[in-house]
Amino acid sequence: MKRILQILALAVVLTAGVTWLATGANRGWTKTSVPVKTLDAVTGIEGITYQKKFLPGVDFLGAAIAGAGLLTGTSLFFRKSHKNKQNK
Amino acid sequence: MKLTHIIPLLALATVACAAPQTFDFKDPKGVNNAVFNLDAPLESVNGSANGISGSVSFDPENPAATTGKIVVAAESLTVPNPMQKEHLHGANWLEVTKYPEITFEAKSFANVKTDSNVTSADVSGTFTLHGVSKDLTVPVKLTYLKDKLSARVPNMQGDLLVIRANFAINREDFNIQKGQYEDKVSPTINLTLSIAGAAAR
Repeated sequence: MKRILQILALAVVLTAGVTWLATGANRGWTKTSVPVKTLDAVTGIEGITYQKKFLPGVDFLGAAIAGAGLLTGTSLFFRKSHKNKQNK
Repeated sequence: MKLTHIIPLLALATVACAAPQTFDFKDPKGVNNAVFNLDAPLESVNGSANGISGSVSFDPENPAATTGKIVVAAESLTVPNPMQKEHLHGANWLEVTKYPEITFEAKSFANVKTDSNVTSADVSGTFTLHGVSKDLTVPVKLTYLKDKLSARVPNMQGDLLVIRANFAINREDFNIQKGQYEDKVSPTINLTLSIAGAAAR
């Protein structure tokens, strides 16, 4: 169980890190939509519409690290069952 | 027809052409927008609003006489972060259900300079936000696009008036978190207005 939780913690951090990097390494807050600008040719005004898009930010990374920390902390309450069996 | 009859008719036509036109700023294309920006330590808060309406009376022969009122629906203010948007609309910030409109009512123009179809001026008027009204003077640029409505809205004849303005307000002047969170969100709100109104014939 200890090992499973530690692997899970590592997976959470890695998945979050890869997702963050793959979506452009946004160093701001997480966004669920992004502004899209379109030029009105007649007036010259740049219209702004919002397109739904998940863009993880530093809070997303922080939450993933906190979650991984919790999993690692929980794993400390479990003994290494494999080693115990060997000792017996 | 006698000349004595034609002259008054011509004079009437000239007056009719020179009369101020009323431009409606409810844009069917949804392009009109007000952009806002507040500086913050991690990332500045950038958003926009497209719920624009209102009307402006503009006379191309006398831009200094322009008057009108522009209304922004507070609920249309959008930021890309859902939690920030919830806070922005909520009871601690803009209270959009209690104060649904942000308005600017233009009362007088000064320093009017017209070059071809573009007029720049300083507009004095009343800006209302969060239920607080304050007199402001804002630099604006008006672009009069004669007969351009049909290029934007097919089968409609008329003119367009584009208004652009950049100005800053202090959120504390409008009782928005007065003296609060100054280390997290700047008290200065930068506003950029880009809107087009139509006067159909």
